[in-house]
Amino acid sequence: MSTSQTRVVVTGLGATTPLGGDLPSTWSALLAGESGIRTLDWEGVEDLPVRFAATLKVQPDAVMPKQNLRRLDRNQAIALIAAREAWASAGFAAPTGGKGQKGMERPGVDGGFTVDGERLGVVLSSGIGGLHTALNSYDVYREKGWSRVSPFTVPMLMPNGASGHVGIEFGAMAGSHALVSACASSAEAVGYAIDMIRVGRADVVICGGTESCIHPLQMASFGSMRAMSTRNEEPARASRPYDKNRDGFVLGEGAAVMILESEEHARARGARVHGFASGAGYSGDAYDIVLPDPSGAGQAKAMQRALKDAGLEPTDLVHINAHATSTPAGDVAELASIKAGLGEEAARGLVVTATKSMTGHLLGGAGALESIFTLLALRDGVVPFVANLEDLDDEVDLDIVRDEPRKLADGPAAALNNSFGFGGHNVSVAFERAL
Amino acid sequence: MAEVATEQQILDGLADIIDEIVGIDKSEVTPDKNFIDDLDIDSLSMVEIAVAAQDQFGVEIPDDELRNLKTVQDVINFVQKLQS
Repeated sequence: MSTSQTRVVVTGLGATTPLGGDLPSTWSALLAGESGIRTLDWEGVEDLPVRFAATLKVQPDAVMPKQNLRRLDRNQAIALIAAREAWASAGFAAPTGGKGQKGMERPGVDGGFTVDGERLGVVLSSGIGGLHTALNSYDVYREKGWSRVSPFTVPMLMPNGASGHVGIEFGAMAGSHALVSACASSAEAVGYAIDMIRVGRADVVICGGTESCIHPLQMASFGSMRAMSTRNEEPARASRPYDKNRDGFVLGEGAAVMILESEEHARARGARVHGFASGAGYSGDAYDIVLPDPSGAGQAKAMQRALKDAGLEPTDLVHINAHATSTPAGDVAELASIKAGLGEEAARGLVVTATKSMTGHLLGGAGALESIFTLLALRDGVVPFVANLEDLDDEVDLDIVRDEPRKLADGPAAALNNSFGFGGHNVSVAFERAL
Repeated sequence: MAEVATEQQILDGLADIIDEIVGIDKSEVTPDKNFIDDLDIDSLSMVEIAVAAQDQFGVEIPDDELRNLKTVQDVINFVQKLQS
């Protein structure tokens, strides 16, 4: 534990995912081993190599007026939905900074704490941005001409759009950022948010990630890479990290948001503390635009640097939420990186899970959602199990949670969330239990 | 809409468009209302409303004219003038 710098705590949580329209329903479905992966019912879907995905359990139009949705890409709408849940769960009153957006609500808790907008930041990532908007707008352009293209197209397709909307809604004037590093994007967002608080730029930061790109083009593009599972007949069993018969990842969509706060600020207002966001570590593979470095050196360094940043030792770790996307090469390579980074003894003393087996892969939303799962595992003392793990890969030699959730011992505990992205971006975020 | 619309028909049609695009209740859309000051409609939404109004009433609203259409009555007058 670092004593020289500001400690950062997590005081608010929100999500909308393939497992549930909010975080509590998502977490309970995850612990129950449910799958959010479903067959797609699109017209012409039979022409695609992969015909299933982890689509949202609750559609945005069930909780947001259609007039708001006209000017928000789907990834932006769900980021706002998750951010509103996180904001309310942190006990914050309606925002006072800025002026909000025309026609959009600015909810808050009655009698809640009023956050100073000048001391409030946002770090919210999307790996892909407004893909639906870009493609649908091009269809409109070709069919009806330029004048029928929505004037909101640019703010809807830009990848920082979600960060901008959340910043405006909650009046965040300390800075609003959108880090992009493919599937590591929102793990990086959590790390950047920790640093914003440590260096004194903000007292409170809304951070996380969002993604919604389940579109025929994306299915074709990942399909063309041969990166996705083609288990079309059994979608719910398709994402199976560490199983001998895994054959690729499953595309998912969703948003996850955390409220980070300096410990001093949180304690002064009597906030509920879910745990510590203790630090983050980064590395670049400098190897290949899509393939991870097979030596695992970069992944190992990210984990080592996260521990150093958090002031933790490898033996402090009780759990890792692995990146594990259910690809034949990636899952076991990460386990080798864990051993290389932490040492054999520490690696064998912790339990590993892979929650993408149930949520699918949220790309730019994955790092934040799995950071929340890592934190909740420490808070509640229970680690979700890897779904669909029927026949363990012979190369797996670490303690993988399977068949049922695993209880964690009481007392001090730390955990890592790993997120790796195309481009060779390796990010590991460290969390500690609040005692 | 091929035939010339009455003032009430234009008002009703415009109110439907405004409800659809920005969610303002139809009862709020009265002739004296200013789009920006009274109805709190932003400039990009005004572009959407103008495009929808062109389709509904079968008239062209050039960008230069759009700037002059500040109130609901301005739109009614403009559409009636072009339709007659």
